Amino acid sequence: MATAALDSKLHRTLRFYEATNGKKTVMALTGAALWGFVIIHLLGNLQVFLGPGKLDQYGEALRATGALLWVARGGLLVCAALHITAALQLMALKAKARPQPYVKKVPTTSSYASRTMYLSGPVILAFIIYHLMHFTFGVPGIHPDFVEGAVHANLVKGLSQPLAAVLYLATMSMLLFHLYHGIWSMFQTIGLSHPRYTPLVKKAAAGIAIALAGGNIAIVVSVLLGIVK
Amino acid sequence: MNLTLHVWRQKDVATPGKMVRYDAPNVNEHMSFLEMLDVVNEGLILRGEEPIAFEHDCREGICGSCGFMINGIAHGGFKNTTVCQLHMRHFADGDEVYIEPWRATAFPVMKDLIVDRSAFDRIIASGGYVSVSTGSAPDGNALPIRKQDSDLAMDAAACIGCGACVASCPNAAAALFTGAKISHLAHLPQGQPERKERSLRMVRQMNAELFGNCTNIGECEATCPKGIPIEVIASMNGDFLAASWQERPPVEIAGAG
Ligand code: HEM
Ligand code: FES
Repeated sequence: MATAALDSKLHRTLRFYEATNGKKTVMALTGAALWGFVIIHLLGNLQVFLGPGKLDQYGEALRATGALLWVARGGLLVCAALHITAALQLMALKAKARPQPYVKKVPTTSSYASRTMYLSGPVILAFIIYHLMHFTFGVPGIHPDFVEGAVHANLVKGLSQPLAAVLYLATMSMLLFHLYHGIWSMFQTIGLSHPRYTPLVKKAAAGIAIALAGGNIAIVVSVLLGIVK
Repeated sequence: MNLTLHVWRQKDVATPGKMVRYDAPNVNEHMSFLEMLDVVNEGLILRGEEPIAFEHDCREGICGSCGFMINGIAHGGFKNTTVCQLHMRHFADGDEVYIEPWRATAFPVMKDLIVDRSAFDRIIASGGYVSVSTGSAPDGNALPIRKQDSDLAMDAAACIGCGACVASCPNAAAALFTGAKISHLAHLPQGQPERKERSLRMVRQMNAELFGNCTNIGECEATCPKGIPIEVIASMNGDFLAASWQERPPVEIAGAG
């Protein structure tokens, strides 16, 4: 607990990351990239409403980009790894910073979403792993009838499993919470705050989070209702 | 009115504590919360028991000595109010009141409701100073300061260092406190020479004290008795980023020599 922490021989990049502010900045930037992915991913998938052929064509077009697709996947993987590593480190610090909980503690003005970032995050991670096994790799036992390249059919069959549909719906609400707080929090983390604009940023973040989760939920519900076949 | 208190009692920093139930009979609604505890303590002393230890000094909301959790909220949850300024009229006959010290690794409980907040002093010592020429007093108004900046500096300087922000924060972070101290000097011309170094040093000291990481939850702002906004945290974050970016390797001694 001495001021020794102020003098260090670490490389400046590590020195930056060593501070909580450094980790937070990494989380904000990687969070922004992951958020961008969620937007593009949803826009791609909404083509499911344009008829059966569209999604398959889109999948093919993506695969046709070849190396580019792998660069994007690699970038996302790096972002996810950094985001999760920083989250785990800060979660450990949180446990260390208050080992003895209050007998009674009542939240006042904070949102449920803001208080549950360390819950919604891991839920999203678990979901991503499941989701990749379900629709990307089509692991037998997880997807009932996976056919490589038949994106539309795989999606409809996969989401027709009631348990899968429930998992998708539940996780999308956690994604909503994560982004509801995360999108505005990002700005605060990198130092952007203004009494005039921050309330607008918060509203926009809420709207965007609802739209993104809602878009994904619409796909699941449409399959369940037989609107998308 | 008659109240039932559940108070954290702890002998010293090394002994585990526990909640103990006390009756507080005939509480006058004009008392402050601390005066109510004074009366309870008189009863304890008369019975030969150890009185409940709590910190206090000014009892007018300006020194930052007092503070503990009341029913799970720092300072009791009334806007811009310290516990010394909290009046018993906000409570009703028969209420159960839970009273606990601030909880954070960086704030060890010394006795009952008293915590050691010297971690805050070390954060201030690490960078909360400015360089001035000593000697005769400078001319008043010799240094023009934009009105808006002096207002922002004064708002941040209102921090009394009570520790409610840390206590309220689910992460036990000290970002509001450190942000207030950094933002206070960052808005003034006198604070500019050390501005970059200050944000690096104070953030690192805050980390060294084992405070948690801010996730922008905002409970600190809601319970701050001085109403300091989390905008000061963004200001600290911005300064830290800029300073990290611009930090240069040490150079060989320059100039004539
Ligand atoms: C995979 C596991 C994940 C974990 C454990 C996790 C955890 C966290 C945590 C703890 C924060 C900090 C909250 C704060 O500082 O306010 C955060 C922020 C954020 N997360 Fe995640 N997250 C995960 C995945 C994701 C994903 C997939 C996305 C994209 C959709 C995402 C987007 C964001 C954004 C935009 C932020 C805001 C950054 C900031 O607060 O500065 N996260 N995450
Ligand atoms: S005793 Fe001074 S602020 Fe409460």
